[in-house]
Formats: sequence, structure tokens, C-alpha cells
Amino acid sequence: MSEEIIKNIIVREDEDYIVNMGPQHPSTHGVLRLEVCLHGEFVNYLIPHIGYIHRGIEKMSESDTYKQIIHLTDRMDYLSAHMNNEAVCLAVENALGIEVPERVKYIRVILDELTRLASHHLWWSAFGMDLGALTTFFYGMRDREKVLAIFEESFGSRLLHSFNIPGGLMHDVHPNFQKHTMEFVRYFRKKLPEYKQLLTDNIIFHNRTKGIGIMPCETAVAFGVTGPSGRGSGFACDVRKVAPYGVYDKIEFKEILHEEGDSFSRYLVRMEEMEESLNILEHVVDQVPEGDYTARMKPIIKLPEGEYFQRVETARGELGVYIVSDGKKYPYRIKFRSPNFSNLFVLNTLAKGGKIADLVAICGSLDLVIPDIDR
Amino acid sequence: MLLEIFSFSTLTANIDKSLHAWMAPWLAVVTELVIIGIVFLLFYAVLGLFLVYLERKVCAIIQNRIGPNRVGKWGLLQTVADFIKLITKELIPIRNADSFLFNLAPFIVIAASFMAMAAIPFAKGLHAIDLNIGIFYIIAVSSLGVVGILIAGWSSNSKYSLIGAMRSGAQIVSYELSVGLSLLAVVVFAGTMQLSAIVESQANGWWIFKGHIPALIAFIIYLIASTAEINRGPFDLAEAESELTAGFHTEYSGIKFAFFFLAEYINMFIVAAIAATMFFGGWMPFHIGHWDAFNRVMDYIPSVVWFFGKTFFIIYLIMWFKWTFPRLRIDQLLNLEWKYLLPLSLMNIVIIAFVVLMGWYFH
Repeated sequence: MSEEIIKNIIVREDEDYIVNMGPQHPSTHGVLRLEVCLHGEFVNYLIPHIGYIHRGIEKMSESDTYKQIIHLTDRMDYLSAHMNNEAVCLAVENALGIEVPERVKYIRVILDELTRLASHHLWWSAFGMDLGALTTFFYGMRDREKVLAIFEESFGSRLLHSFNIPGGLMHDVHPNFQKHTMEFVRYFRKKLPEYKQLLTDNIIFHNRTKGIGIMPCETAVAFGVTGPSGRGSGFACDVRKVAPYGVYDKIEFKEILHEEGDSFSRYLVRMEEMEESLNILEHVVDQVPEGDYTARMKPIIKLPEGEYFQRVETARGELGVYIVSDGKKYPYRIKFRSPNFSNLFVLNTLAKGGKIADLVAICGSLDLVIPDIDR
Repeated sequence: MLLEIFSFSTLTANIDKSLHAWMAPWLAVVTELVIIGIVFLLFYAVLGLFLVYLERKVCAIIQNRIGPNRVGKWGLLQTVADFIKLITKELIPIRNADSFLFNLAPFIVIAASFMAMAAIPFAKGLHAIDLNIGIFYIIAVSSLGVVGILIAGWSSNSKYSLIGAMRSGAQIVSYELSVGLSLLAVVVFAGTMQLSAIVESQANGWWIFKGHIPALIAFIIYLIASTAEINRGPFDLAEAESELTAGFHTEYSGIKFAFFFLAEYINMFIVAAIAATMFFGGWMPFHIGHWDAFNRVMDYIPSVVWFFGKTFFIIYLIMWFKWTFPRLRIDQLLNLEWKYLLPLSLMNIVIIAFVVLMGWYFH
């Protein structure tokens, strides 16, 4: 069943009208190249070509200690930098059987949700741009700035803050961290209706996204499309629910699911996820206990021989970390299961038969981050 | 009452007389043509630069930004600096491009918008030529621009350009109909195509008020259709940035790109100027029936201020559209025209003919 769905039979012919979208193209959000075969305005098929930003992060990790690997994971999905860090940290902590302090767990969840919000801000901004609504970009960036200011205050960096280390956090958060987070939650609750006015309720936007790029649940499962894109097709794949980590099992929150599977439902999932993130933040931010910011760790971390796997929910889907260790301070082999890789390869199935404008809308609704695909 | 408004025709007549006094008649005509040409060229350049500046400021306000504020006072010289940059840039020759057509296309586009300027009455008595088919001439001339766009897309030997040009062709040809029909509404009301006569006919009230509902429908259709005709957002499919990078002018650089860019802004001005002239009384001040005192005060505001005030109000509306709405898809765009706007404007014409026949409008 799923094999049939995945099978993409592409017959290339000499007189195909091929347009190369990318590697430098405004709507591919990075150095992705899509070889698009057009028939007039219609897309016959498209072949994604990846690897323009391949840095060999997995190979590099084989000669780095576990603390050093953290800094490489930032550069995969740079918009979910914190979740990427957390995945490696959790894998190492679970392998060593270390119990991290409660405070760390709570702070990690707050950072998770803040990062998710910042990432969805950027996605919303860019999605509007893809559809030609240029003003969304500045509204999204305005609110994202507030999140980044919170990061900057505590970690000194705004985007790639390798703040997690195996065992806890690098240092304690700024004393104002909780207060400013709460301020942001209150601020953004007021601003979220603006997003609705500007884009969600727009009739042109509805025409551009409703019924476009319909992905049935089976297709999502077959391609392994996870995250908001998968949940837009009714695929309950939220790792925070399926395999809770941190304190997600103690928090009440909804898993946002939409059944339609079109671009608009993927859009709605993200919009409602932003609201849900605010709920989680509101719930968690007062509960952060006092205590240590890190567990006691040996200066040199060596994982016992064996294989370890940990998955987390990034802003774009399920990130898996698979570590094979031979007992040394470097991993023998490390493999990341990045969400964007799977999310990209469903694009041909969704965009086939649609128009170029639909391709852009679908590409935007899948929310791809290219460095995460290439790694 | 109207005589109080300063008429530029006295000024132009004086210039004409003094030129004829010490020149052969043919030489005087040639001199006048040259003067008008230079004046228009300067006006064109200044207007283009100002509109670009205005757009950047307007979009900055809409987007919570400040906009250009470094070069000159309030960034007023920013577009001048940009223009200097553009004219000093390299003109990149495209391999396998049809170089003759490739170089010709920007001139066709810019000439079309230049020609349309000639018939617009900027103030009382201030127009280059007052044709008795003025509005017809403007529609005819301004639609020539699409030829340039098609040539640009075809000759630059780029796939994005070609798709952009084809889209633009389909779009402009279809929306031309609605523009024409909605302007015909006012022509039916006024009973003339001469722009100066249409303006005079609005001395006791602008057509958008006098023609009440049908005129309002015609104005809204005109506003939508003309926004589409000048390839601006949300109808900017021809250069849809996120799909086709820059559409038909993807391969152009330097001054040739600037020509397309300028022509786009001047077209926006022309479209707004026509709307102001046809629906909002052109240079005619705002008059209310028999409120003579009020009307007299309004007459003190120079006609040129009225014209540009109205025009820039409509330009602001068009800019507001662009910076707020997402872009339509090509099939939705054509559906909107052929299934909704065109039947509606045809029906509107019939209604207007009936309204005019029965005299059911304010006069």
C-alpha cells in the first residue's frame, strides 16, 4: 500500500519544458533546486535536487565529543535549534541514565515552545510572502523579535544558542527570563488576531490554499511526513504526545489535528499550534522549580557500547537521533532523521497536476528548511 | 463661478502668441513641440522618482517600518540615488537573446505610457492636446504597452520571462474590456469622450456622486480592472516574485530595467489620473449644489492641487491593495474578469443607459 504511494514514476522526455526553480529562487527558502517540468502553467512533475548546502554534519560528528556535537546540530534546522540540541542531549542522558534536575526539564520545555513560536512566526511571514502578501513578513518578524530578545538576554545569542549540554544547561537562565516570557505571552495573545485579520480571513488567501495540495493521511504516513504538515492530514504524530520527553507528560495540551490535508489545513494547524504553545507557556512558566541548572557530569562523556535512539518534536516534525557508540568519547556513527527530508519528497505527489502558483503555495505550507535536508 | 479658477490656457496662449510674433509659424510649432516634449520628459522623470519614493514610504507605514530616511531630508533623494545607481550599472547582454527586440521592448513600454500622458488634463487649460476622443485615445495608447511586455518576455530567451509575458498578455487583454466598459459608463453620463468636456460636465458634482449606484459600481470595477491592467499586486502575476523571480523583466539590467520600472509607476499614475478625471471631477473643485459660499471657498484651491490630490488618493488606494492582499492565481484572475467583472460591467452599461434615458441621475 504505502510502497505504491511512494512510487514516483517519472518519465523524462526530451521536449519537456524544464524550469529550474532554485538553487537561487525567492520561494524555495534556501538553496533547494526543483527541476520542474511545465506544461503551460501546469506542473507535470518535479524532481528535487538537494545537497547544495551539505556540510557533512553526521560525518563531522564522528570526530567530535558529545558536547561538541550539540553545536553542529544547531546548524541543521536553524529555526528549531533548541530542539535539535535537546534531541542529542536527551539521547546522551538516557544512554548514561542521568536524571536531569526538574528545573532543567521545565526550562527546556519553555525554550521548546518559544523556539516553536519563533519558527512559526518566520514560517507565517514567509508563507505570506510566497503568496504575494508582502506585509506579513514584517508583522511576523516584529513578534519574532520579542522571542529572540528573550533568547539573547539569557544565552547571548539569538538564533543558534547551543544552550543545552548533556546533563542540563550551560548556565542558569537570566533572572528576568520567566517575567519576560510571561510578558511575551500576554503581548502575543493580543497580536495573534492581527494574523487572522491580515491573512487567515482573506478571501484570496482561501482561494489560493483551500483544496490545494491535498495530502491524504495514507500519503503522509507513507512518506513519513510529520509535524504540522502531517497533522494537517490527520496523522497524529506529535512526539510530545506519542513519546513524551521532558515534562510534556505532566502538561495538559491539545494535539492539533485537521483532517482535510490541504495547504489551508496545514496552515491552520500551525496557527492553532501557536496558540497552544502560548497555553503551554502560560501553564509552565510559573511552575519552574528552583534548583541546579545541570546534573553532575564527568568532564569527558563516554557512552557505553550500544545503540541509542531519541526523538523529539521540532517545529517541523519528528527529529530522530540515532547514536552508535563503541565506548569511546566520540560516537562511532550518528544519524539524524530530519523531518524536512521526508516532508520535501512528498512535494512531487502534491504538486503534480497543479499550477506553478500552487507549487509555491504547497512548498510554503510544508515549511521546509533546506539545511536540515542536506545536513 | 467657474471663471474664477485660473486657467492655464491664458498662459499657454500668451506663450504661443509671443512665439508667433518673432518666428515663422512652422518654427513656432516646432519650438512648442520641443518645449512640451522637454517639459513632459522632466515631469515624467520627477513623477517616476517621486512615485517610487511614495510607494516605499507607504509600504513602510503599512509594514510598521520607517522607510528610506538616510539620503536627503526624509530620504527624499533616495530614489535619485537609486536612479543614478541604475544608469551606471552594466547592461548585461544575454546570449541567444534576440538583441534587437530585447533592446526595443523597454522603449515600447515607456513610449506607451509617455503617449498616454499627452491627453490628461492636469489642471484647467493644462493639457498637451485636447482630443475629442481623449479617453478613447488614452485607452488605446496605454494598451500598447502589452506589446512591449510580450516582446520583452519572448526575446530574452528565458523561461521565466516567457511565462511572465504570457500571463501578462492574457491578463491585460482580458482586463482591458472591463476598463473600457467602466469608463464607457462615464462617457454615457457625460455624452462626450473629450476629457476637458467630461471635466466641465462635473462642475455641479462629480460623476461618482451624480451617477450614484451605477457610477459607484463602474468605479469599483475600474479600480479592480485597472490595478490588474498595470500588473500591480494583488494582480502582479506577470512578475510574481515568489514564482517567476521577476517575470518578463528577469533578464533586464541597468537602465533598461529602470525603463520597465518607471513605466510601471507612470502607468499607475495614468490609471489614477483617469479615475480622478472620469469619476472624481479631474481638476474640478468639490462643489455642493447651491452652497455658493462653500463652493467659492473651494474654488480658491488651485485646480492643479485638486487634480493631484485626487490622483494621489487613488494611487494610495492602489498601493494599499498591493501591500495588503495576497496574489491571485492566473486561473482565478481570469475567472474574476470573465465570470464576474465583465458580465457585471455589461449589465451596468445597460442600467446606465436606462438611467440616462430616464434622467434618473442628479443634474
